[in-house]
Amino acid sequence: MSELTPEQVKHHIKTYVLVFVALAFLTIVTVAISYLDLGVVGGVVLALIVASIKGSLVACYFMHLIDEKVTIYWTLIATVVAFLILIFVPLSTMLAQAKI
Amino acid sequence: MSAEQHKQSFLTKYIFSTDHKVIGLQYGITSLVWLLFGFALMMIMRYQLAYPESPIPFVGSIIGDGGILPSEMYNSLGAMHGTIMIFLGVVPLAFGAFGNYFVPLQIGAIDMAFPKLNAASYWMYFIGSVIMAVGFFVPGGAANSGWTSYPPLADIATTGQTVWLFGMVMLITSSLLGSVNILVTVIQLRTEGMTWMKLPIFVWTQFITAFLLLLAFPPLEAAGVLQLMDRLAGTSFFMPSGLVVSGEVLTNAGGGSPLLWQHLFWFLAHPEVYVLILPAFGIITEIIANNTRKPIWGYKALVYAMVFLGFMSFIVWAHHMYITGMGTSIGAFFQTTTMIISIPSVVILTALLLSLWGGSIRFNTPMLFALGFIPMFGIGGLTGLPLGLAAADIHLHDTYYVIGHFHYVVAPGTIFALFAGIYYWFPKMTGKRTNETLGKLHFFFSMIFMNGVFMPMFVQGLAGVSRRLWDGGETYAHAADVLYLNEVMSVSAWLLGLAQIFFIVNMIISLFGKKTGEKNPWNATTLEWTDTTSPPLGHGNFEVVPSVYRGPYEYSVPDDEQDFTPQSKKV
Amino acid sequence: MDIPFTVKNRPDTGLYNGKLGVWLFLASEVMLFGGLFSAYIFLRTGVEQWPTGSEYLDIPLATLNTLFLITSSVTMVMSWASLKLNDFKKFKIYSGVTLLLALAFLVVKYFEYTHKFHVGYLPSTNNFLGIYFTMTGLHVLHIIGGMICIFYFWIPGAKMWESDPERFTNRIEIVGLYWHFVDLVWIFLFPVLYLL
Repeated sequence: MSELTPEQVKHHIKTYVLVFVALAFLTIVTVAISYLDLGVVGGVVLALIVASIKGSLVACYFMHLIDEKVTIYWTLIATVVAFLILIFVPLSTMLAQAKI
Repeated sequence: MSAEQHKQSFLTKYIFSTDHKVIGLQYGITSLVWLLFGFALMMIMRYQLAYPESPIPFVGSIIGDGGILPSEMYNSLGAMHGTIMIFLGVVPLAFGAFGNYFVPLQIGAIDMAFPKLNAASYWMYFIGSVIMAVGFFVPGGAANSGWTSYPPLADIATTGQTVWLFGMVMLITSSLLGSVNILVTVIQLRTEGMTWMKLPIFVWTQFITAFLLLLAFPPLEAAGVLQLMDRLAGTSFFMPSGLVVSGEVLTNAGGGSPLLWQHLFWFLAHPEVYVLILPAFGIITEIIANNTRKPIWGYKALVYAMVFLGFMSFIVWAHHMYITGMGTSIGAFFQTTTMIISIPSVVILTALLLSLWGGSIRFNTPMLFALGFIPMFGIGGLTGLPLGLAAADIHLHDTYYVIGHFHYVVAPGTIFALFAGIYYWFPKMTGKRTNETLGKLHFFFSMIFMNGVFMPMFVQGLAGVSRRLWDGGETYAHAADVLYLNEVMSVSAWLLGLAQIFFIVNMIISLFGKKTGEKNPWNATTLEWTDTTSPPLGHGNFEVVPSVYRGPYEYSVPDDEQDFTPQSKKV
Repeated sequence: MDIPFTVKNRPDTGLYNGKLGVWLFLASEVMLFGGLFSAYIFLRTGVEQWPTGSEYLDIPLATLNTLFLITSSVTMVMSWASLKLNDFKKFKIYSGVTLLLALAFLVVKYFEYTHKFHVGYLPSTNNFLGIYFTMTGLHVLHIIGGMICIFYFWIPGAKMWESDPERFTNRIEIVGLYWHFVDLVWIFLFPVLYLL
């Protein structure tokens, strides 16, 4: 990111403001959804979808992941895989146990 | 450069240094001291196991109680033996010491990417190790819930457990800094021409190890924080409802799950096994290539097998948990992955064995240790297969068989590799040679007594002797036929201790010996031998930073007048 | 001899050391919080009854806090962009605002915590509150760590702008990455703990 021209930076700044508006809006949305009675599963799924969108916005634009180098992509892919294993394998053992 | 060095005081040059070589030596010396200490704890335990409830010689007066080892203290010694050997001994030596010292040298870097973080990493480790030592002096003694610290036992254990957790948090932070440093160094600081497929295998193993530490250790830190909360803030993360201790129902809120700890713990601790073994593979590969005077067999196969091994190590951990009742379908999944992970291990071992084929082998001390490593690790690995299959594991779980299995991997496996590394790189680190006779004595006696200690464990384990018996199985019906082996193992252990005197004496007299200053006594090809002095320059390592033109193991190249062709030699 | 690529990018990776270092550090942070999230899910699915956040927690206050953190993320990235535009004064302003917003977050958190202690909602009350205090507590520690770094580059470390502006800009980028990550963790903590 160190070879940006001033014009590009100014363009970035516009993006930041847009992202900020989107984040604020989604925050309100997620709180509003929580007051609707969607049941546990529906509520969890929706809230996580909104949170994921917000998270991706932060990661892509504030952390500039949208145009990052391959080394960092590889690192993060490995991390995401490890993260998913960490979340879902213990969960699946718990669910398998619940069935017994 | 030199003027700058003169200005350094003793303190900045040797104690708070940011030079990767000094930090590597600091790691090395500290971890060797801990290894000896951890070994000493085990020697005390072995006395109790061989001669239950008789006064322990030499150290009995410290223990009190007429010199007889109290059962609580036996538990402490067991937990601390495991913790010390793994977290304070082998990993800091394999990763902290060897990684720090030789990764930058082998890739042609003048230092690690973040020298100050590197120093911080050592000092975190040092503080963590001091905290662990403090554990012995708190009321109730050091942590006594096993090195795995399984709750709910660990949740209600004595203060030593809290100390253990604080120590672990420091150690985890230290290894985190170390692993970031190694990763950035390998990715960013490889010298010109040092492409990924020209990296020495040792660097590859350190790189993969660093990745494992980076991603596997933090969940244990999370688990440690949760256990600290359980112990200090009264939460019940690992405490099931209605737990009864000494006849009284605990007043905790309950609702927690001891299994949660096991998951988070083994999420680290299985990759940790590969953290222990991968650097050993790296060291052994360097030594075998060098002493067979021919290229390593299957460089790419080795690299891919190691990367695959690293990845697979994240999805095998629940094979430690077959008897927790986590469900047969999950068990089937983990059996499958466990069988799959044995494939890359076999690829690696096969490549190392085939590398010996047709070589004109030099039987020097490092090579002997390397050759000893291969069958010893083989035994360790193969005896692991029954443990990876749930049906067999139900019988073998928590018996001495398990102890025998993982000690074969780590003690005559990894520790032999570490000895090999010390003998191999001693001339580089000091500019002096070690004594070959003492080295060979050290090897042969260690080899014999290592097997004397661990082989009988398989016999006892198959007979069903539990690993957690304070009296060595004296009151245990299963053990009656195999009880005599306790004495065999204990005597072997003490003799193994005596055999280490060869090593210690060798190190001391070699350090006081005269400098040969040979740059490349083994006629090796990698950069640390061919392009630096022995020991390498204080700051900067190289007079001229070398460029790389060839693969790491170009031995006996037909057109060359020497039987080794340095990586930095122009094509 | 200086260590290469501390400021300039290495040609083949396109990165300077610090940036790669902080991303690797964040990878480990993902796994740290991942461990806690995994624990949360595991505990929650393991019991019959799990309270909803609104039974114990104050959603409006947390919404306010979410807005504080999101805004501080924007000001953080703006302070970096200002340096890119050679506008040191704006950098100072944006950094100051970032710190202020972080402080506001902590103040709100302080009131939330003390209120809960006051009405007897302690970590030991049940596992929901236990994991709430653990996760938000750890997050608060991350906020404080980030504030220390931002403050350092705001006042004492800002001298570097005179001597080595490129390196200073890099440092702000690195602190920014960390700060956005802390924000990102909160974006997930907020619905998971408060709304579900």
